[in-house]
Amino acid sequence: MSKLQIEGVSRTFAGVGGGQPVQALQPVDLAVAANDFITILGPSGCGKSTLLRIVAGLEAPSTGRVLLDGKAVTRPGPDRGMVFQSYTLFPWLTVAENIGFGLREQGRPERERNEIVASYVDLVGLRGFENHWPKQLSGGMQQRTAIARALANDPAILLLDEPFGALDNQTRGLMQELLLGIWERRKKTVLFVTHDIEEAIFMASRVIVMSARPGRIKSDVPVDLPHPRHYTLKTSPEFSALKAQLTEDIRIEAVRTAQTQTA
Amino acid sequence: MLRPLHPVAPGTRTVLGIAFFVLFVAFWAWITLGGHVNRIFLADPLSMLKDGWRLLVEDRFWLDILITIWRVFGGFVLASIVAVPIGIAMGAWKPVEAFLEPFVSFARYLPASAFIPLLILWAGIGELEKLLVIFVGSVFQIILIVAVKVGATRRDLVEAAYTLGATDNGIVKRVIMPANAPEIAETLRLVLGWAWTYVIVAELIGSSSGIGYMIINSQSRLATGQIIFGIIVIGLIGLLSDFAFKALNRWLYPWSLA
Repeated sequence: MSKLQIEGVSRTFAGVGGGQPVQALQPVDLAVAANDFITILGPSGCGKSTLLRIVAGLEAPSTGRVLLDGKAVTRPGPDRGMVFQSYTLFPWLTVAENIGFGLREQGRPERERNEIVASYVDLVGLRGFENHWPKQLSGGMQQRTAIARALANDPAILLLDEPFGALDNQTRGLMQELLLGIWERRKKTVLFVTHDIEEAIFMASRVIVMSARPGRIKSDVPVDLPHPRHYTLKTSPEFSALKAQLTEDIRIEAVRTAQTQTA
Repeated sequence: MLRPLHPVAPGTRTVLGIAFFVLFVAFWAWITLGGHVNRIFLADPLSMLKDGWRLLVEDRFWLDILITIWRVFGGFVLASIVAVPIGIAMGAWKPVEAFLEPFVSFARYLPASAFIPLLILWAGIGELEKLLVIFVGSVFQIILIVAVKVGATRRDLVEAAYTLGATDNGIVKRVIMPANAPEIAETLRLVLGWAWTYVIVAELIGSSSGIGYMIINSQSRLATGQIIFGIIVIGLIGLLSDFAFKALNRWLYPWSLA
């Protein structure tokens, strides 16, 4: 049985000011196997973030349902860790306290909390910064903390909504390697939303390409590149071939989006 | 050269700030000591200082100062204790806001000074009446501003907390409250400044002590030097309490300020 089962999930937003309702997402079916790293790739406004937020339980689907380990998702919970594109560290908590936030909410004893926090501080390479406030950190360090914070709950699935979208290119590359390294060592079911084709291929064992709004799954591309992956992979012929194929897929959708926006 | 939005050097800023005080006092000295206004209506700076000294030494004016400070802080603390929880509740739970917001918005415009005759009927002319004037003047302001700040809590922080397993109760206690604590403290600092104007009005009517009482008492004796001294004392105390409040906020919330 798959870890995550998305069955006929769609989302329609009510029309603004008596206007026509807007369909953001056509019914989507997707099964995710345990320990798979899935990237969802699509042009902006294709509903990929909406789909992720429905899996997180932050939004309700208009139709369909999401099952995690066979149980229906109705609201957000610690079994689905999420990393957002915007910096969402709690500014009044230190790095260590941010990472321990979820454990604290679940009433885990302090000593156990401290041990877990320390191990995740090491995992994302933030030793020495435990007592810093978020405002003292760079964007990349903030997102590393956010990843550690989501993982510290040991969630059944990790959801990432363009987590590196606000970072500069070099930092983004390093963050990709860091996250992929964690996944290769620890194994986790991951759903990763991005509009960056290279990022989608580099991270994924499977790329789901979404069409322009109203979003639906356009193609499902397995990425059989070997692990552990190194940044040099991005210049290999196999990678380039996949990139060419996906670029073509996405371009058609981007053009379609541009046309509906100007119409 | 003056360039728009161009910063000024710290030293220059201090000099400019002091320069205006000097100019102001110089102008005041010129029109009074130079005989351009009648001394019955406006005392000169020197007699103001002399009157002030006599007030402090002979008339035990510092007791009035202390009693006024106590009234401001007493009424203000009472208002804060009542208003902050209500404001947080209104900001956090929309039905509570729908229930209370229209009334509080209305009550905010009821002038505290107009309540003084009523409050004297209800509470007499003792301390309770003075505290109630400050309370009525501050409580609705604090409620409304706190409710607005809390209502504007960053939604992405709330969502992040939910995905980390926070309960609704946990969101209020460990996200909404700490996230808004610095802003609430700033609100209190602002309203404390307004409370100083209410206390003087309360002391002008039906009072036998306090800075406001001294001022109204001096009026009947045309002691303008004392009146001005009283006003300056209020300004200085207000400035000091503002500095203290700012320093306290900076110490309590090091994470929010650069």
